Amino acid sequence: MKISEKFDDLDENEAALISYVCAGDPSPDATKNIVSSLVRGGADIIELGLPFSDPMADGPTIQAASKRAIEAGMNPDLYFELVSSISNKFNIPFVCMTYYNLIYKRGTEKFVQDCAQSGISGVIVPDLPVEESDELANACQKNNVDLILIITPVTGKERIQKVTEKSSGFLYIVSRLGVTGARSNIAENTGQLLKKVNSSIPKAVGFGIYTPKQVKNVVLSGANGVIVGSAFVNIIASNDDIYNRIEKFAAELKNNCYINYSKS
Amino acid sequence: MTSKATYGKYGGQYVSEMLLPAISELERKYDYYKNNPDFLKDLHYYLNDFAGRETPLYFARNLSRKYGIKIYLKREDLLHGGAHKINNTIGQALLARYMGKHRIVAETGAGQHGTATAMAGAALGLETVVYMGEKDVERQKTNVYRMEMLGAKVHPVSAGSKTLKDAINEALRDWVSNVDSTHYLIGSVVGPHPYPMIVRDFQSVIGNEVKKQIIEKEEKLPDSIIACTGGGSNAMGTFHPFVDDTEIELISVEAGGESMKSTSKAALHSASLCVGEEGILHGAKTRILQDKYGQILESHSISAGLDYSGVGPELSYLKDSERLKTAVASDKEALDAFHELCHLEGIIPALESSHAIAHVLKKAKTGELGNIVVINLSGRGDKDLDTVIKSSKGEGNI
Repeated sequence: MKISEKFDDLDENEAALISYVCAGDPSPDATKNIVSSLVRGGADIIELGLPFSDPMADGPTIQAASKRAIEAGMNPDLYFELVSSISNKFNIPFVCMTYYNLIYKRGTEKFVQDCAQSGISGVIVPDLPVEESDELANACQKNNVDLILIITPVTGKERIQKVTEKSSGFLYIVSRLGVTGARSNIAENTGQLLKKVNSSIPKAVGFGIYTPKQVKNVVLSGANGVIVGSAFVNIIASNDDIYNRIEKFAAELKNNCYINYSKS
Repeated sequence: MTSKATYGKYGGQYVSEMLLPAISELERKYDYYKNNPDFLKDLHYYLNDFAGRETPLYFARNLSRKYGIKIYLKREDLLHGGAHKINNTIGQALLARYMGKHRIVAETGAGQHGTATAMAGAALGLETVVYMGEKDVERQKTNVYRMEMLGAKVHPVSAGSKTLKDAINEALRDWVSNVDSTHYLIGSVVGPHPYPMIVRDFQSVIGNEVKKQIIEKEEKLPDSIIACTGGGSNAMGTFHPFVDDTEIELISVEAGGESMKSTSKAALHSASLCVGEEGILHGAKTRILQDKYGQILESHSISAGLDYSGVGPELSYLKDSERLKTAVASDKEALDAFHELCHLEGIIPALESSHAIAHVLKKAKTGELGNIVVINLSGRGDKDLDTVIKSSKGEGNI
């Protein structure tokens, strides 16, 4: 499913719940069940991390997940097999989040073709800023895969313009400086940052969001989507009743993705 | 991004969006201060009177007699801190202060860069944080104590291979979280532009002095110049002023480790220039040690300072354009060269620099190095005594 179709399907007062888990953590089979739990709980889009040995944009939670997945045998070949086997079972978009060296090594064109063929609708590459993204952007355009670029609190006006011009699917708005991981101090100025970004592409806010209350606040501040990653990965790492807990937690977060408002 | 940002197809700025404003600012400010008279006055003050420049170019008589060619040693081992690293840390710490940053973070492998950063940080009144792989903390304990005595906070890094590459990841994570107050003081000619250029420039003092000194002594330039290469800061600093003197052979000697083979997770060497493949690591496109999927392989060397899976992008470019020759010396060859220099010249070299010496000793009699050879003796070996003692007892695998 295309990302834009998903956003079109949402109600006017509804934001998308975008969940991240690392593919192959703790095993490829477990990932299938985890995805199934996320979808039952109400996740609208699933980011499936393709684990890299040196994930420098990630905090300890996702670093550890990447390590577990690689040790359990996850690699790009298996990743695309896994995605192929689940993408047509669920009517939601899947997004690949990975680091540039894995794309570059496979060959950018081939990587994106494999994405398209296996049912990946978009890619996020945290170590690829817009200036270095031409090759990937061209391959994505050719294969009808969305390139999701990142905007942060320190991205200036000119760069925001450049990023929005090259992005499709959704814009990944990072709510605070630092690496991925659950934090209580989400920037209060998320609303301001969202206002600064003048684009018709849906805006999804991520980094540090892990409670229903934070989800509610981000949605109230005007986001079209909320990205939650480390909180799910923590449940997986606990190895305790993970499928039920993930479904329940996703449902709780999704409940906070609605705004009851009357348009003035 | 300017075209200065790349070296042929290598280099670039493959970093998180959050770091882009910081590296643009760094590029702008460096461009401004590198010719600023106040900055240069401060830089020379610290380099000369604090660090101990200029360092001698020493004609190694005994070594030369035995091996039949004229061997000169550029004595960076005599610098404050015991290695060339301080050329760069003083430069960047000063730049940080001029840029109004009050905190510096650094990664360290052998602990030499961390120590040099701690020294510069203390001298310039900057809060200093050093990330060091747990494995390196173990093998370079005294350097950890030195850094702490100098007021730096040392964070052991337990992720990944627990060595330099993981320390860089962690330093980048710190920087991205504290980018307003903090300058990332990278220790080699690696990372996103403008770092490879800045570090090379600050280290070029080595090659500039060599050029002047060899002409004073020999009235001509050398036939070949040899430097060990991990990330490549001492190599680039030595080579850079000679790149256009194309009659001079420039040779990078990488760590051949235990063998030139790799397992599924790790290379048994650190020879990314010699056998690495094009890829992206730590913000730059360069030659790296990686598996068929692009996962970074752990590297190995008896010397922590060469134990790195990547290499500076400009060195990759110089190799591809055939300006730079590359070679390897194994752990054992480096140890032999270490002892040879101790016995013959009364100098205890760093195990890193011992790789460069090993190559010269191996090739001296073949004629391929020419008659006048300069080796950059990038550091002293006091820090390596434990390693050398253990390996001579046959405990291996350090």
